[in-house]
Amino acid sequence: MAPKLFEITTAPLSVDDVVSRLVHPSVGAVTTFVGVVRGQTGGRETEHLVYEAYPEMAEKELGRIGEEIRRRWPTVRQVAIVHRIGHLEIGETIVVIAVSSPHRQETFDAVHYAIDRLKEIVPIWKKEIWKDGEAWRSEHQPQETPAPEGAADRGAEEGS
Amino acid sequence: MKNERREGSVENDQIRVRVRFFAAPREALDTGELEMEIPEGSTVEDLLNILRDRYPVLDSYVRFLNVAVNRAYVGMQTELHDGDEVACLPPVGGG
Repeated sequence: MAPKLFEITTAPLSVDDVVSRLVHPSVGAVTTFVGVVRGQTGGRETEHLVYEAYPEMAEKELGRIGEEIRRRWPTVRQVAIVHRIGHLEIGETIVVIAVSSPHRQETFDAVHYAIDRLKEIVPIWKKEIWKDGEAWRSEHQPQETPAPEGAADRGAEEGS
Repeated sequence: MKNERREGSVENDQIRVRVRFFAAPREALDTGELEMEIPEGSTVEDLLNILRDRYPVLDSYVRFLNVAVNRAYVGMQTELHDGDEVACLPPVGGG
């Protein structure tokens, strides 16, 4: 069975494992991004994080990011994105993104695009837990960003 | 779809949808899933209004929600159909 390229999992992540899903004789470069739980945000000390997903749709949206990348950078061979959910301690890996290509050039831009898009469209949520409280966090803070009309059209945009 | 049933049907035509909740609104509501009966022809926006009326605790979240039907983002005017899975998605925060 071909390895799964777009995955939501509760299991600890291994960068080597994700990279190994992309090995192929035509591949000469694999660029990765690794997202890690930080110990503090905005001067506040984090105890741990809890991630939640709508897994069926999240895996579908991760696949869509892969398709967008291969349209934008046709020389990219494959994309793999694996995101962990559940209880994560400081220093643990949240997400691994890997982009493979015969040559390195486009892989850097493609990885950058993938993490930006992930934060924009993939139904995953993060809760920060501090010593004295907790809160769900988004870079699209609700106070500033009302739900856009026609969210379905976002895939057609050329990014932002 | 709409005219499958004969005119003059006595009961109001209703459809059933499964509504899923995540993160803050899920916690506020204390459940991740509701089965709802709503009038045939209802849009996503209609459903959100019904939800807000029935569950006032959702009031502060509704205007910030994106909605997915059967796992794809849709606009507020999308018409719902019997058996749809409707997901109420607060602003995402992955990565």
